[in-house]
Amino acid sequence: MPTVSVNRDVLFNALGRFYSDDEFNELCFQYGLEVDDVVDDPEKGITYKIEVGANRYDLLCCEGLALALSVYLGKKSLPNYQLMPAKETEKYKLIVKPSTAQVRPYVVGAVLRNMKFTQAVYDSFIDLQDKLHQNLARKRTLVAIGTHDLDTVSGPFIYDAKVPQDISFVPLNQSQAIRADKLLEMYSHDSHLKEYVPIIKDKPVYPVITDQKGVVLSMPPIINGNHSKITLNTRNVFIECTATDRYKAQIVLDTLVCMFSGYCDQPYTVEPVQVEYPDGERVQYPTLYYRQQEASVSYCNMLTGVNETAESIAAMLTTMSLSAKPQGQDKVIVEVPPTRYDILHECDIAEDFAVAYGFDRLAADMKMPPTNTIGQEFELNYLSDKLRLLLSQNNYTEAATFSLYSRIDMGERMKVNLENESWVKVANPKTTECEAVRISLLPGLLKTLSANKHISLPLKLFEVSDVVLRDTCPSATRGTGARNQRHICAINYNVKVGIEKVQGLLDNIMVALKVPYAGDNNSQGYYLEEKEHPSYFPGFCGSVIISGVPVGHIGLVHPEVITNFNLNNPAAALEIDMQKVLELINLGK
Amino acid sequence: NMGAEGMDVQQQILHALEKNGVVISNEFAVSEKETHQKVVGAIKSLESLGNVINVKQIALKTWECTDEGNNLATSGSHEARLFNSLPPEGRSLTDIKASFPNSNFALGAAMKNKWLKKEGEKVIPAVSAIEDEVQIHLKAIAAGGENSVPDKIKAEYKKRKLIKEVDMTVFEVSKGSAFTTSVMKQEAELTKEMIESGQWKGKTFKPFNFKSKGRIEQRSGYLHPLMQLRSEFRQIFLEMGFTEMPTNNYVESAFWNFDALFQPQQHPARDAHDTFYVAEPGKTISVPEDYLQKVKKTHSSGGYGSIGYQYDWSREEAHKNLLRTHTTAVSARMLYKLAQEGFQPVKFFSIDRVFRNETLDATHLAEFNQIEGVVADYSLSIKNLMGLIKGFFEKIGITKLRFKPAYNPYTEPSMEIFSYHEGLKKWVEVGNSGMFRPEMLRPMGIPEKVTVAAWGLSLERPAMIMYGINNIRELVGPRVKMELILDNPLCTIDKWTPTGNNS
Repeated sequence: MPTVSVNRDVLFNALGRFYSDDEFNELCFQYGLEVDDVVDDPEKGITYKIEVGANRYDLLCCEGLALALSVYLGKKSLPNYQLMPAKETEKYKLIVKPSTAQVRPYVVGAVLRNMKFTQAVYDSFIDLQDKLHQNLARKRTLVAIGTHDLDTVSGPFIYDAKVPQDISFVPLNQSQAIRADKLLEMYSHDSHLKEYVPIIKDKPVYPVITDQKGVVLSMPPIINGNHSKITLNTRNVFIECTATDRYKAQIVLDTLVCMFSGYCDQPYTVEPVQVEYPDGERVQYPTLYYRQQEASVSYCNMLTGVNETAESIAAMLTTMSLSAKPQGQDKVIVEVPPTRYDILHECDIAEDFAVAYGFDRLAADMKMPPTNTIGQEFELNYLSDKLRLLLSQNNYTEAATFSLYSRIDMGERMKVNLENESWVKVANPKTTECEAVRISLLPGLLKTLSANKHISLPLKLFEVSDVVLRDTCPSATRGTGARNQRHICAINYNVKVGIEKVQGLLDNIMVALKVPYAGDNNSQGYYLEEKEHPSYFPGFCGSVIISGVPVGHIGLVHPEVITNFNLNNPAAALEIDMQKVLELINLGK
Repeated sequence: NMGAEGMDVQQQILHALEKNGVVISNEFAVSEKETHQKVVGAIKSLESLGNVINVKQIALKTWECTDEGNNLATSGSHEARLFNSLPPEGRSLTDIKASFPNSNFALGAAMKNKWLKKEGEKVIPAVSAIEDEVQIHLKAIAAGGENSVPDKIKAEYKKRKLIKEVDMTVFEVSKGSAFTTSVMKQEAELTKEMIESGQWKGKTFKPFNFKSKGRIEQRSGYLHPLMQLRSEFRQIFLEMGFTEMPTNNYVESAFWNFDALFQPQQHPARDAHDTFYVAEPGKTISVPEDYLQKVKKTHSSGGYGSIGYQYDWSREEAHKNLLRTHTTAVSARMLYKLAQEGFQPVKFFSIDRVFRNETLDATHLAEFNQIEGVVADYSLSIKNLMGLIKGFFEKIGITKLRFKPAYNPYTEPSMEIFSYHEGLKKWVEVGNSGMFRPEMLRPMGIPEKVTVAAWGLSLERPAMIMYGINNIRELVGPRVKMELILDNPLCTIDKWTPTGNNS
């Protein structure tokens, strides 16, 4: 969730009253906001860090928050955002060149006329652009915003994409012109800008917006030119947003102009910019589109669990910055403003209605649903729980380890060559501890022993949990190509220990599952057969077999494995594929 | 345990008591030539028999020999040893001074006692035999018989650092109400033979010490506290009539984890910073094609009354495999299956692992257990969702709840669940909830009038609160503190709070 920093006094001033921290927290709670932190700075005063919903782009700045809350409190009515005729239609054009299709094909623009900047407004303007870049624009990959002092440049503007060697300009807050490739090299070391460099670095051409005289306004999505930089004296603002996602560019532009057009001499007015694509398409921006959305009164009432009239619902929606009118008894027509791109469906309208109605009021009349059903456990979990209990009754203690391992823990330290295993590899782990999904529970138990060497011996541990294996069978893997397999693993770690210790446990498990012991290796039942496994001591490892089918291993853990896990006593271990065992005895399908 | 020797001392004490009526432990030790420690041991054993004797403690100041004092008590005083070392004809002074340790002191003291005299250059015995009083005194003090030594002499020895004053506890023993001189041998335990022969009737048994701790012969097995808490939550869902979902598939496609939930492909949660993608098998094998087409359309251009997200939906992105970030991926599969088989009202739950590509710290793990409840029925409202959540949380003793409007890509309305924390004196978030969006349900084939209420929370967070731990890795994972498992064999939750108590 994004967090917005707002100056408390500026906000309260806009709301027309002072709130204590508790009062303001309460207001936020009801509206669905949360004061994350309060910072008291001797210079800047008190700043509230407010967490807002990730889909509410209109609340990402102080202006938007203050407006939404004022409307909610009934202190202000909704502004009507107006698109004025362009002052000079020919000048306010963005001409798109074909080569931009190779890197960043879309652009939108708008003009804010006769704005009054103060330091606070300027800071908020920059801050909102930053918030939009981070969230909706996915770190400038989808949309990048450039804002300029219109009076320093002259349209029509050209949106082109050129080879880096052909772009050279003085970037924002620099004094020397720098060539684009060198600039990117420079910014790849800049703590703030380096994360955007890869977006275009390896593209054949870089996007660039210039004016009629060739002055570079910006090289999106990296940096603006210094020439058209906005200052506190700027009165007319030219906004351009380049994008790989046309719709999101429209949202970003609408949000930005709606939030700041309030500072124009003629508040809430915007002048359009015409975009001309190479294929002849002409589109005017910003759209400032007011969409009509119908909401059914019975649907809103059903979802909320109340019984309100169309008039009452419309009135409540208006407090949520959605102007609405009843139409007949079962319809409300909502005019979705260009600030509310989060409204996709009438369920979004119903939610705003519910918030306006008040969650506390709804909670006062909460009720269990009438849904009568009979509960049922998942059989595999049911059987796992039975076996967990059985293992603990055999004096083994349960561990709860992670299903993600490092490759070293799963392979090298276990003396297992992972090349031969069908393991699931994690593509982007932040730490080496999460490189692999486990194929065995044993390393987790060995690590648990290693972390608990201060506990008196014997240490007898078990775990009943899932390992994950690659598999090409669509049904077994639910279409993914990997399936979970539930295992039982037990280890007996002591100064002196033999295989027979865990074999006794295996016998008890088999007795509990009514699988007979088949000593002659031929009949139905379970038996052991000597079989090498790299993690076990040669000659002291066996395969556990049920009716001819191997279901796991039993043996003395290899001394090298013991020392690899920083242990020093012998250990006997057992790991069986519980799901396979249950299948073989027709349980838990 | 008292051996035969100890029994003798006990017997001697009882006889002395019968004769004198009172026994003082240190005096008794001197008179019987036993160590005081042994006498005290015997008194304690007699005391443990019940009312055979009465015992009173007395704090005393007493004397004991220093190392040097003990040395002289054993080998005799310097002057006595010098006297004893001289032949009848004596030795030259220079010779004595050169070879005898502490010769100056020894010569002075022996002269003063008139044991030796000087004849020219020689020192010769003046008497034929001596009595070494210093040795006698020190021996007496070492044996506890300091009363025989005059106070003046004790003061002198103290100055010479031969003896020192110490605190001592002695016991004054008198006859008890059940006094007897014949104490029987005590039996350590009741045996099979005694029971069979009936001999136990005539025996006295060594009393059991109720103040000592018991002994465990073998450490028992334990269930992990987190797994026990999981069982409690499963039990609650089952009591509420919920059916458990098969969540045993950690690897999931982006399609089921995100796209099916109407979570747009550019949503930040889908970023590699938050989600573990799978390198092998990197691509999912199959997704139901007709359903995929409906999901694609709903995302890119809308449908079912929605305008959609208006972007180019990518099949490739949806086919990426990942480690599921929530069990809601399984809920989506279950709801889809339900719609295919013919919808009927259901209540589903699951408690299983989910994965987040987190930087690990005291409160964040890369994998944790998500608890999730889902109810699908005709015309459910958020009042029903609130009612479900209240019923659920009351079962773990949480009665004071509030709901805050929130945002979730796949639920609308969405509500964060807050509970009042009496300790912190504030509302804290305990879970998340909402009604699944029609854009998620309708492409699955769930009927239009059906709404689906869902809520979720983590298992680890309530466990941390319950066991009072700040570092999650002490509870879960291989670095678990084993003591935590061994000290918490029973996990109980307060689920008997009377319903309707909302105070």
